[in-house]
Amino acid sequence: MDEKHNQTESQDLSRRTFFAKLGIGSLSIAAAGTAAFSYQYLSPNVLYEPSPVINAGKPESYPLDSVTQDVNSGIYIIHSQEGFFALQAVCTHLGCMTTWKQELGIIACPCHGSKFYVHSEDHHKPGDKIEGPAPKPLPWNKMWINDDGDLMVDRSTEIPAMQFVRV
Amino acid sequence: MPKTLANYFDELRQTRIWRSVFRSGSGTSTLHRSLAIQQNVFLHLFSTKVRKRMMSFSATWYLGTLTFGTFLILVLTGVLLMLYYHPSVPQAYADTKDLQFVVSSGMFLRNLHRWSAHAMVFLVFAHMFKVFYRGAYRPPREFNWVIGVVLLLITLLLSYTGYLLPWDQLAFWAITVGSNIALAVPLLGQKIHFLLLGGNAVNANALLRFYVLHCVTLPLAAVVLIAVHFWRIRKDGGLYVHQSEPARAKAAADSATAQVEIPKPEAK
Repeated sequence: MDEKHNQTESQDLSRRTFFAKLGIGSLSIAAAGTAAFSYQYLSPNVLYEPSPVINAGKPESYPLDSVTQDVNSGIYIIHSQEGFFALQAVCTHLGCMTTWKQELGIIACPCHGSKFYVHSEDHHKPGDKIEGPAPKPLPWNKMWINDDGDLMVDRSTEIPAMQFVRV
Repeated sequence: MPKTLANYFDELRQTRIWRSVFRSGSGTSTLHRSLAIQQNVFLHLFSTKVRKRMMSFSATWYLGTLTFGTFLILVLTGVLLMLYYHPSVPQAYADTKDLQFVVSSGMFLRNLHRWSAHAMVFLVFAHMFKVFYRGAYRPPREFNWVIGVVLLLITLLLSYTGYLLPWDQLAFWAITVGSNIALAVPLLGQKIHFLLLGGNAVNANALLRFYVLHCVTLPLAAVVLIAVHFWRIRKDGGLYVHQSEPARAKAAADSATAQVEIPKPEAK
């Protein structure tokens, strides 16, 4: 009789254990819900950030073999022998704004000394790193000419290097 | 005999109002002194009784206490600075300049806040080096060391979030670089960066988030952990002084640093 009684107790949940498990289970579900809710709340759905698409004006305003930096939008508009292209001016190392060094003919970052090519030769493309800690070349941004004949750049879209816009 | 100031103070301590606040009352007996510590919400975190050696300068160089002192200065000056500072893009930089050049004693408070912050980071490191090289992190104090490491991280995060608030060029680029380091986290880097800044770039959302972290979230976390840190000193056997350690802990500590002599096997 005693043995039988013990058996049923070990197989069945006691009322106390059942409610404890129910409590832990519902708290876990609530905790998961809270985590999801917190993550969603902390991620803004609407951003009042500048548009990634920039109107860079008429192509004629960029002389041949010129590098023009737009500090506000963080891009270079480069008019080379091959055509127009846009390089991102934000350093791929830690996000500082690079600058165009006309006297040296290169792009350089003031924060940690990364340097980048602007002109293409056999062994390198514009945007490639010359030296410094930058892990990647400066990305090329998508560039096109709109219906009004203005140069447009989409800063959020990276394209493979050596795709020039010819006017 | 004329009454001295001490007599008056003693009389004050006997009054009903005083006794309603400080129940232990006056008296210099060991019991009274113990009760004065034990029955105070702030002091009861500490031991009612400590060895004299633990209070000596050489034991700790008072580095933990000094760190706490800078924290108190930072809370006080920080709350005062909050009265003139608006965490918004058009106003933040102008408010910082106003604090320096327009607000009475604003320059003093801002500099006190800044230098105390530097001092706190220095003192936290000094405190940790002292604890480390004295071996005070060893059991039974290992958990308090872990809390200390978390407090170090909170101190550094407080410094980092406070860096952005002046909203000048240095602040903007320092936070740009710092938040870009978060991008290096595998898989989650982009998400952490986005949540930290509340966007893709250092902007209005980032300024507000850093303000809330700097003025509310991180100080609250620091206060809670500081309380646990102090309380654990008592629970772990008081401040570490080698001579005051129980024989067992002392032997364990010695074997960790000194070479242990291996006893020769006895001949059968």
